[in-house]
Amino acid sequence: MKSLEFIQQVINGISLGSIYALIALGYTMVYGIIRLINFAHGDIFMLGSFAGFIAANYLIGNFGATPLVLIAAIIFAMVVCALIGVIIERLAYKPLRHAPRIAALITAMGVSLFLEYGTMYVASPQPRTFPAGIVPEKVYQFSGLYINQQQIWVMIVSVALMIALQYVVHHTKIGKAMRAVSHDTEAATLMGINANSVISVTFAIGSALAAVGGVLFAISYNSFDPLMGIMPGLKAFVAAVLGGIGSIPGAVVGGLLMGTTEAMVSGFYKSTYRDAVAFLILIIILLVKPSGIFGKNVREKV
Amino acid sequence: MFRKGKLTTVLALMLVLALTLTLAGCGGGAPSGGEKKEGEKKAEAPAGDVIKIGTNFEMTGGQATFGQAALNGVKLAFKQKNEAGGVLGGKKFEAVSGDNKSAPEESANVVTKLIDQDKVVAIIGATTSSNTLASIPIATQKQIPVVSSSATNPKVTVNEADGKTNEFAFRACFIDPFQGTVMANFAAKDLKAKKAVILIDSSSDYSKGLAKFFKEAFIKNGGEILGEEAYVQKDSDFKAVLTKIKGLNPEAIFVPGYYEEVGKIVKQGRELGITVPFMGGDGWDSPKLVEIAGAAVLNNTFFSNHYASTDPDPKIVKFVADYQKEYGSVPDSMAVLGYDAGLMVINAVEKAGSAEPVKIKDALAATKDLEAVTAKITLNEKHDPIKAAAILEMKDGKQVFRAKVNP
Repeated sequence: MKSLEFIQQVINGISLGSIYALIALGYTMVYGIIRLINFAHGDIFMLGSFAGFIAANYLIGNFGATPLVLIAAIIFAMVVCALIGVIIERLAYKPLRHAPRIAALITAMGVSLFLEYGTMYVASPQPRTFPAGIVPEKVYQFSGLYINQQQIWVMIVSVALMIALQYVVHHTKIGKAMRAVSHDTEAATLMGINANSVISVTFAIGSALAAVGGVLFAISYNSFDPLMGIMPGLKAFVAAVLGGIGSIPGAVVGGLLMGTTEAMVSGFYKSTYRDAVAFLILIIILLVKPSGIFGKNVREKV
Repeated sequence: MFRKGKLTTVLALMLVLALTLTLAGCGGGAPSGGEKKEGEKKAEAPAGDVIKIGTNFEMTGGQATFGQAALNGVKLAFKQKNEAGGVLGGKKFEAVSGDNKSAPEESANVVTKLIDQDKVVAIIGATTSSNTLASIPIATQKQIPVVSSSATNPKVTVNEADGKTNEFAFRACFIDPFQGTVMANFAAKDLKAKKAVILIDSSSDYSKGLAKFFKEAFIKNGGEILGEEAYVQKDSDFKAVLTKIKGLNPEAIFVPGYYEEVGKIVKQGRELGITVPFMGGDGWDSPKLVEIAGAAVLNNTFFSNHYASTDPDPKIVKFVADYQKEYGSVPDSMAVLGYDAGLMVINAVEKAGSAEPVKIKDALAATKDLEAVTAKITLNEKHDPIKAAAILEMKDGKQVFRAKVNP
């Protein structure tokens, strides 16, 4: 019975961790390129679920509820968030690119609050739910272990996106340009790389990933609201630091570790200490190995 | 150097003064705009014949559905009284609405503004214990009575440190011990549960209060509390803690939280194969609960509440009809308690024969056998109403009246 409970907690942890991983990927990419911790990232995640909701509502109204609607909603949310990400970068971060880093960091917090309370103003603070029937509510059960379909989807999608991202960064032209800009922006510019557009693409990709996370999160927990991005955003940030900020596999491993740690603390110790432990990990990592688990290879940052 | 410093100080002071005046001007502007709107109605009554009652409710934020419904209830009570000729020889009630954004800090600000700027003689609200608690010290200091519609925590009317009753704090609802105790008795006697687990929202006084009294009463009934777990508001993933709870094999799970998290907890609990009843308090009462959890998932869950709209009591039937006519929806508990809180204030002003805050306070404390909608209200020496509670069962997404429990 205890070992069954343990396996169930691992499943719980991995499914929660997959969401953290999806968000952490965006933190890590942006940090890798311009050394900015984009605190607004958790709110892009939130905007993703709102965009997905708008699309899903519209499509269901016109075409009825099918899984295709979900895919279309995710794609719509990705496009919207990619655009928002690029706009935020152009308006808020680009003018500060040569300012002290603290200025950009504070701006990021400002953008974060703006998105949270701007959305609250426009959309009301009420929690909302996605229209029913968009994903079949199915719970799989094998010999006492329970997992629902949404959890499986979240896991598959985050691993797939990590692999895709790793491929883009290491095997495509834009990936090469990203790595070059990350390595030395000025030298890259001298070599004919348009650093501005590379940074824009990075923001677009990072924000699109957050949008996927947002829609999946809203569907699997069946609720979303303007402040939903705060906690997952913070946890994902810890995950990114834990894995080694700037490292793509690090973000995923960090996210999964965070998720399982939380599940284990809640499950086998006291649920009250869950968040305390999560942030204790951050402190320990910063003290012992500030570069994180995968942070050794400083040159490979993206 | 010194002179220069002094000059700067004087300039700064002037600037502060100028700003204060500007702000006061702004604050004054808003209510007068509101009065204009009701100009036609007040045409018959000369100016000054309005009794201003402030409302400090959650119009936005996580508990917005509570605050909005409660304000509707208060407004309906005032409207009916005004249409019946008002009080004290034709004076009309006016609700001055404040929004505490579901946050205790904001609640303190709202109360200060209502008293200092709008000059209200009494305040109704807030709906939650945390938000009401934040307003009590200010109202007490300024000697304005506060009637909370649905703050069920004992601390609202009784000072915990010395056990004395807060002179200016009142409520229209029963208190936490009652809800926790009622649910514990219900679990032990009706559901025949011997082993229970409590899952507490550790960021809310309300939840902790209910949990404490549930525990006491459940043990008194010969039951056993297998564990107490906790979460915080805005949590989304409860699978880990629910897996642990499932491993403890309880016969009932008491979740005295608010609807947003409760919806997720029940949904995820059922997905993990937990089939035993979930139970809670009036924080469950929101249509959002069904939206978030799903109708089928909520079967075999129970919560205590102040009233049931399906109750055949003629007073309730009439109130439901009036409310539906006014707002087009079935009133929930928050609305009915807002209405009752409005009745308590109206009754107190009539009994006091005056709209002076301190006299209203004394009359409120003496409330006896007031025919309110939820039940007959008599306040005890702790300013808590002694009245009946309803237990509701969720059946396919509908709240079904299960039992009415007298104190």
